[in-house]
Amino acid sequence: MERLPRWADVALVPLISLLLAAIIAALVILAIGQDPWEAITVMVQGSVMNAYGWGYTLYYATSFMFTGLAVTVAFHAGLFNIGGEGQAQLGGLGVALCCLFLPWPHWSLALIGATFAGAAFGAAWAAVPAYLQAKRGSHIVITTIMFNYIASAFLIFMLVDVLRPDGQMDPATANFPEATHLPTLNEIPGLNLIFTSGVPANVTLFIALAMAVVVWALLWRTRLGYAIRAYGKSEPAARYAGISPFGIIMVAMMISGGLAGMMAINNVMGEAERLLGNSASGAGFIGIAVALMGRNHPVGVVLAALLFGFLFQGGAELGLWTKIPIEMRTVVQGLVILFTGALDMMVRMLLTWIFNLFRAGRMAKGAA
Amino acid sequence: MDYATLLQILDSTIRLATPLLFACLAGLYSERAGIFDIGLEGKMLMAAMSSASVAFLTGSVWAGLMAGILASMLMAGIHGVASITFRGNQLISGVALNFVASGITVLVAQRLFGQGGRTPPLEGEARFNPITLPFAEELQGVPILGPLYYEVISGHSLLVYIAVLTVPLTWWILFRTRFGLRLRAVGENPAAVDTAGISVVGLRFAAVAITGILCGLAGAYMATALQAGFGREMTAGRGYIALAALIFAKWRPVAALWACLLFGFFQALALRPDVVQAVVQVKIPVPFLDALPYVLTVLVLAGFVGKAIPPRAGGEPYVKER
Repeated sequence: MERLPRWADVALVPLISLLLAAIIAALVILAIGQDPWEAITVMVQGSVMNAYGWGYTLYYATSFMFTGLAVTVAFHAGLFNIGGEGQAQLGGLGVALCCLFLPWPHWSLALIGATFAGAAFGAAWAAVPAYLQAKRGSHIVITTIMFNYIASAFLIFMLVDVLRPDGQMDPATANFPEATHLPTLNEIPGLNLIFTSGVPANVTLFIALAMAVVVWALLWRTRLGYAIRAYGKSEPAARYAGISPFGIIMVAMMISGGLAGMMAINNVMGEAERLLGNSASGAGFIGIAVALMGRNHPVGVVLAALLFGFLFQGGAELGLWTKIPIEMRTVVQGLVILFTGALDMMVRMLLTWIFNLFRAGRMAKGAA
Repeated sequence: MDYATLLQILDSTIRLATPLLFACLAGLYSERAGIFDIGLEGKMLMAAMSSASVAFLTGSVWAGLMAGILASMLMAGIHGVASITFRGNQLISGVALNFVASGITVLVAQRLFGQGGRTPPLEGEARFNPITLPFAEELQGVPILGPLYYEVISGHSLLVYIAVLTVPLTWWILFRTRFGLRLRAVGENPAAVDTAGISVVGLRFAAVAITGILCGLAGAYMATALQAGFGREMTAGRGYIALAALIFAKWRPVAALWACLLFGFFQALALRPDVVQAVVQVKIPVPFLDALPYVLTVLVLAGFVGKAIPPRAGGEPYVKER
């Protein structure tokens, strides 16, 4: 049996996986007595057919780029970081403290400060499971899941008992000062010709794209990136080459947590402009799907983040305009992870079989 | 803290430990056969929704239990196909199925009942009701032991006792039957099992099916005995806590019982902030108590397990030599 051509492996396998996930999702919609065609029409209409929809799609995509890159970096070190959700929530806390308690003269400086604060808090939250994995051998998948629950409880405590202003009922911080307001796409000269009404997508989109470039350069153009990938491929080989497993686990997980924490500049600082409960709203988990769909490459991650931005915004539209509950998003997310991450061998076997059929057909013709 | 309060806490410990124990033993079969399963959570959730829905529609808790087990086995089957047949990444498959379960349970419950993804409350024959063990009433007067027997041991639903009996049964299957020997072997050295002419794939699917049955019991217990109906995300991370208990118990059935009772005790404490406050003399915010089982899970994973050595072939797909 011959192998697949490279273009098919890189592009066709994810697309077929996506198609299979879409077919199953359509069957699910049929099974709950709704119309899949109507669903896809509503999703497309509400997310990519006008500038307003794009404003939301890009906003969600920005968050998913950060969390997708976070999962990607950990994956390259052979670590499965399911803790993006908790790390993003802690990042939100860092961003909130930074915006509330430091006097920022201008949004650009506030953005730099908040980016570092979010990344630092996210990295710190990832450092504990990383240390436990590296030193005590506690399985990082289980500890990061536990840290998601702990983060969520900790955030509730901070919002209810510590940061909530007197006399306010809902568990949230005060509004951030005016000086920390980030320009949204409709406030940026030039782009405001396209985005005429207020949209949540903001300048952090460009930071997310820049981080994709940074992650690419880090992984494929630096010594550290080489060490991370070498460790992920084979621990004994990396150890033999003098790479410290402890160092790689710590660094890779802290970069991963930092990227997840950075997400908070988009949703907390850019959109809500205060810290709310459950601020990450699942973006940390979607990062897993984004990284798998994007084949753990920054270019793929950016494209997959756009796709999931569309799914997320489209899913919200479904909840608004049809009888399909918003949880449909979670189902699609799970199906995409299943087909791209766990059943990729099935898709590859299927494709190889089809390719070989074609080859056999061509050879038979050549012989005749 | 007086004796009556202690008994109350021990009583809820047993009730809360039961779903953990079912799920923990479920994971034990799978992992002993070399298949990691972090999808226990999703299977429990599917079973909870299916059992509550069918129990409500038919009015029979037994029909509900069957539906729960079937739904859970279906999920286990998908995990098996992904991780055994197509040799996919077992962790990713588990995570994926958890998401699918989290969404689809709400979708189905909303379609059936239109109550925001919940099932209507179950009552009467549609639930597993508490059973009083023999002599519990009569022996209540005996000091210390009488109330202990009446409050803590007696008065649970049938599934609680089934869960406890599953522990010796699992021990017997694993360590005293041919099937058990082969199951353990396939998790340590599948090539040897294959050489002996026994199907690795068959054994692993059998293990995954047992996992499905036990997760089905766990989910059905949650929805029809512990609570009266299904609510979204009602398993609240119990599948993961069960996994932690499994590691804590070093993949052994009897130790699993004690580990699950310990974690059940933590959960019972989180429900009684007043008692915790009375014992430690400091007011502890409720979120801290909510986080307690998870924090303790991390602590257990980090330190007290000693050397927990998982089955050697765990997580690795078996590729037959050609």
